[in-house]
Amino acid sequence: MANYTLKVRRYQPESGEGAYWEEFKVDLDPSLSVLDGLLQAKDRDDGSLSVRCSCRAAICGSCGMKINGQSGLGCKTQVGEAQEQANKMKLATGATAAEASSPIGAQAPESQHKVRAAGQEEAGEGTTATTTETVSPIVIEPMGNMPVIKDLITDMESTHWTKIRRVTPWLLPHGEAPEREYVVEPESMIDITQSMACIQCGACVSSCLSMEADPEFIGPAALAKAYRFVGDPRDAETKERLHDLAHDPHGIYDCTHCFSCIDACPKGVAPMDQIMRLRRKAGEEGIVDDPNNGHSHEQAFVKIIEKKGTLDEALLIQESYAPGAKGKLKPTKGAIKGLVESLPTVLRAIKSGKARSLSKLVPGIHPKLPGGAQGEVQAIYKHAEEHREEFNLYIKGEDEDFVEPEPDEMTEETMTAEAAAAAESEEAQS
Amino acid sequence: MSDGQIKVAYWPGCVSRGFTTELHGSMAIAAQKLGIELVELDRANCCGAGVIAEHNQELADTLNARTFALAQQTGLSMMNICSTCQGAQSECQQRLDADSSYRAHINEVLSGQGLAYEKGKDGFTNKNFLWLLVEDYGLDRLAEKVTRPLSGLRVGPFYGCYVVRPKERLGYDEFPDRDIYLEKVIEVLGGEVVEYDGARKCCGFPVITMNRETSLRQAGTHVGDALDAGADCLVTPCPLCHLNLDMQQPDAAKIVNRDLGLAVLHLPQLVSLALGASPKELGMSKHIASTKWVEERLAAVPA
Repeated sequence: MANYTLKVRRYQPESGEGAYWEEFKVDLDPSLSVLDGLLQAKDRDDGSLSVRCSCRAAICGSCGMKINGQSGLGCKTQVGEAQEQANKMKLATGATAAEASSPIGAQAPESQHKVRAAGQEEAGEGTTATTTETVSPIVIEPMGNMPVIKDLITDMESTHWTKIRRVTPWLLPHGEAPEREYVVEPESMIDITQSMACIQCGACVSSCLSMEADPEFIGPAALAKAYRFVGDPRDAETKERLHDLAHDPHGIYDCTHCFSCIDACPKGVAPMDQIMRLRRKAGEEGIVDDPNNGHSHEQAFVKIIEKKGTLDEALLIQESYAPGAKGKLKPTKGAIKGLVESLPTVLRAIKSGKARSLSKLVPGIHPKLPGGAQGEVQAIYKHAEEHREEFNLYIKGEDEDFVEPEPDEMTEETMTAEAAAAAESEEAQS
Repeated sequence: MSDGQIKVAYWPGCVSRGFTTELHGSMAIAAQKLGIELVELDRANCCGAGVIAEHNQELADTLNARTFALAQQTGLSMMNICSTCQGAQSECQQRLDADSSYRAHINEVLSGQGLAYEKGKDGFTNKNFLWLLVEDYGLDRLAEKVTRPLSGLRVGPFYGCYVVRPKERLGYDEFPDRDIYLEKVIEVLGGEVVEYDGARKCCGFPVITMNRETSLRQAGTHVGDALDAGADCLVTPCPLCHLNLDMQQPDAAKIVNRDLGLAVLHLPQLVSLALGASPKELGMSKHIASTKWVEERLAAVPA
């Protein structure tokens, strides 16, 4: 058993007051969860402390919250680990996660900062940890990007469920429904098992940095759900779904590629990876004229590297907005807007001396890789564009981590192999 | 951590030789002052920045396997100076390392060029300059090299997503402190760490052509938060973050509707300043957001 301080961001709407911080002293084994700690505080100190929870085993997805600024499940985060993380950040930055990540500290006057002393009375006795190192409170906040209803309970309707419904989260098969169930090859469903693992906890939504800047973004959970149906062999409206998601200016091309959702997800769904697969599929389906210029940006990037080996930034800007001859002869409204908006940036680059050489200014005269290297890059393109193999670690897993043993060093495997061989020869002898 | 000479296969990336040439130059100065020998991989190709992987995963994996193979030919480990290169290359390396048959499939294409990527060959690693500085060069050794402590300079760290997430892919099991290295380096250089909300958030660069407003709101918010926290400047190990935080700063200011004006330094610039280099030779005049305030603060403190 060890003592921990949980610093909880509280909000009690019936009080008529704003949110405030409150610290609870709890006493539990380091291997128990942050949720266990919260329930202990609720049980011993304050029954009004509100948190959603049910299974306590990372299955139901109820207890999404931010722990030291990191979105996840309260029941899947060990309190000992959370303490280590809190100490580490305190040592590095001199601030607790909450002071750094939430403006509430500035809003709440010191008098509103309550400390529950109930647990403190026992402090100094028996089980008290004799730590001399920096001990920082574990900071617990409600999920981000969502309105707070009470304490750690958020309203998931407006930012999670509405967006889930936005992607038509049910099968759209064509033709007569079969008399009994649909029959599909098990192999054809493997591709979507990763997105099917979602438990709708909202941790990814809470962590999403695109949504933080653009609340209209469809978001990681809903887009992962979209892939679950795009990849389903029974669905007959794959192309329509992709067209819809690509043509929404807050759809697949609004993801800022920050990986936050990947680290937040307690089930390994990796929503950002699913968004990238949606982009890939949309391109393969020939959905090219999206309002974000997402597809033309991707195409421009890929083609520049094939031609030049390294990035020609001037060409990337031009081709992202107005791709090819058609894009230049008949530029769309969006293309003109995009090009005009990036003009001041380019002018500043010239003025500061960032981009004074011609090759950085005039699209297309950026040099190729030297001495035959460009040919090597092109050979790679030729092969890979034919194959387009996708390697999904979630499904395939890592193969045996075989390390070539040093001549006189025994690995576990060589030992087992030798033991087996020895046993075999013994058997043969007897 | 070793006291020996450090020599690395150096991948500077595209942007450090494109729109942020001051980064490429500063790295050369920092390396010379630190005594790190750089063997530049001038035949290597773009990492794909996640965009090529979004188009065709196998293409991105093969292109980066080629870069790793070129580095392995030198018998050295690899160093990059771009968080995005680090993340994009680590993603491909993770897939290549995970499965020997997939690796063999990719190497088949490279074999025509006399190249092959071998998992773990001679302890091969690919590290951002920030990681190399802390893990291989060592903070004690860095401290000894400091000739002009950045006393009184309040520096906000800005990491770039690709070196902080996803943790499982980026070696955090072995090096759990990689997300506080910038703070450690700032302190060793004599500066003062400024904590603010955006240090580990996204600069917005990946969507600058796709959703300009979202992108600039991200950049503008982080710069504003750092200013509010009293920062004299930001420091970043990622030139793409630099583009959005520095080059786009005037436009970002319009989106967040406030005055900004905060210098953004590349990591090798900050290191080199503390090692005695002048702002001029570090190309700081090429920045969009003026670095004058930083220079004044440093001049006020005796070297």
